[in-house]
Amino acid sequence: MEPILEVKELAKHFPEVRAVDGISFSIEPGTCFGLLGPNGAGKTTAIEVIEGILQPTAGEVFYKGKRRGNSFKNEVGIQFQNTELPQFLTVKETLLTFRNLYDRRADLSYLIDTCRLEEILKRDNRKISGGQKQRLLLAMALANDPELLFLDEPTTGLDPQARRHLWDIVRRIKSMNRTIVLTTHYMEEAEILCDRIGIIDHGKIIAMGTPRGLLDEHCAGVTISLHAQIDDAVLADLPCRWFRTDNNVEIQTPSPNECLYRLVELGIDLSTMNVRNQNLEDLFLKMTGHELRA
Amino acid sequence: MFNRIWTLFKARNLEFLRDRSAFAWNILFPVFVIVGFSLIFNDDRQVLYKVGIIGSRPSAEAPGDAQMESFKKMKYIDFIPFKSEDQAVPKLLHHRIDLLIDRDKGTYWTSRTSPKGYVAERLLKSSADTAGTDLRKEEVRGVEIPYIEWLFPGILGMNMMFSALFGVGYVVVTYRKNGVLKRMSVTPLRPWEFLTSQIMSRMYLLLLTTAIVFIGCKLLYGFHVRGSYLTLLLVVCLGGFSMISLALVVASRSGSEEFAGGILNLITWPMMFLSEVWFSLEGTAPWVQKASRIFPLTQMIDAARKIMNDGAGIREVQSNILILAAMSLVFLVAGSLLFKWQKE
Repeated sequence: MEPILEVKELAKHFPEVRAVDGISFSIEPGTCFGLLGPNGAGKTTAIEVIEGILQPTAGEVFYKGKRRGNSFKNEVGIQFQNTELPQFLTVKETLLTFRNLYDRRADLSYLIDTCRLEEILKRDNRKISGGQKQRLLLAMALANDPELLFLDEPTTGLDPQARRHLWDIVRRIKSMNRTIVLTTHYMEEAEILCDRIGIIDHGKIIAMGTPRGLLDEHCAGVTISLHAQIDDAVLADLPCRWFRTDNNVEIQTPSPNECLYRLVELGIDLSTMNVRNQNLEDLFLKMTGHELRA
Repeated sequence: MFNRIWTLFKARNLEFLRDRSAFAWNILFPVFVIVGFSLIFNDDRQVLYKVGIIGSRPSAEAPGDAQMESFKKMKYIDFIPFKSEDQAVPKLLHHRIDLLIDRDKGTYWTSRTSPKGYVAERLLKSSADTAGTDLRKEEVRGVEIPYIEWLFPGILGMNMMFSALFGVGYVVVTYRKNGVLKRMSVTPLRPWEFLTSQIMSRMYLLLLTTAIVFIGCKLLYGFHVRGSYLTLLLVVCLGGFSMISLALVVASRSGSEEFAGGILNLITWPMMFLSEVWFSLEGTAPWVQKASRIFPLTQMIDAARKIMNDGAGIREVQSNILILAAMSLVFLVAGSLLFKWQKE
């Protein structure tokens, strides 16, 4: 199947930083692709170059096999990370205003229903909560019934409940065979919503694949977390990889029994120990040496 | 295309009309100023007077000479020389000077309605220290403009200036700063469509608020418009359009409200003082008077006064109209070419 979006060796350099440094990927229609990385990794710059807001330093972007043309703006929907809403307008007026800027328009009741805006339609933009604002911004991004939807950190700053509401909406949009490009620094969000992810750090994609595939390939073992003061010299004798995060020591191992025997032999207090399956966050830690949420 | 412009026109109007403080300020501010000034003048507290002088110093025996010498020693009075009565009397009629004295003839003229003229005359009379040698009063011939009618076009113009420059400039910069413009830039909306909608919206609101103030003050003071209302409307429209276009130049790139506010102040303050809003530039250095002509507000107020006070027709104000049209075109082209959706 021809990819709906193809990015080839895309780079964006600023005078003091290479924000995006030669990334390539392609996205199949009807799938959700996630760019997962910490703050400052280059996710937003990458997505804004793809959207056409920033000019690339190098590389190319193909939409439906061709360079982005005049129809691109009419056929894609975009939700930015930080956008204020026009003041003194109601939710419905804002939605209608942005919907009328497109030649192709989604059905208004579909937008209201999909993004759960019924109860706040007459409310002033200044009087809606963060979660409601994100739902309105998502409705604005869907206003032209887009084939390709860009969501830049749509749940950043939301409380867990609001975040889960938004995930439900994104899953609903995905079920309608829409293609979604999503950036996030939440591992859980990427695992739940994305069919494929690219893990990005310092402007480069360091791993790419399905969440399950990446975990199977790189994170077959478990992570043992210890909340204790342990000298580096002691840990040097461990037969597995370890990292320091905040006040914890995180030990990643495919052989938990062997590792735990060794910890007992070394006389380390295991009373604060937590053992869990490895996830994308551990993968990121393993590949970069620093935390995803940093 | 028209649907997008119409949509943004409606949205901007709603924003303005719902911002009650801004809406009320646009209407009440000029009324406050006019009411305030009429009260101030009724209290005779103005301290600076302009007196026109025709002729050179006469012989020692000329009538009023001693009185004139005493009068000239008074503080807070500016004496402006004129070559002839024909040149000077119209200045008096239009309140550009408060009193006119012909030293050769030993006569003087003053305005019947100007509070400043009344005070200047009293000061002149109080300078007489020798009975029988006073200057002799003559009646002004011609139509005298009530002072409030001279002031009104200036106040109306100033209100339009603030509304156009800050109402468009500040709003566009704020849109850019908080990302609303960036959001619009990823829709099929073109820059010229956005700019057109902003111009249309502000023109509509300018005309609406100006009409309310105009009708309100006309009811309050009962002043006359001696010329054509249509010509006045044309001048007001062109003046407003040129100042809105100037605001688009200021707001074309900046994403900082502080910077834009500074630039807008830099433009509005000289315009306010040099466009004869409050006082005439009669007696100032010639270069100041010439420099003031570069402001669209000067052109608009000048034309509006000619129409309202003198009954001028479109031919008499055609130079003002042409200059305003040219300024509008230049500002509009510059604002469109410089426009950026996002912060630099």
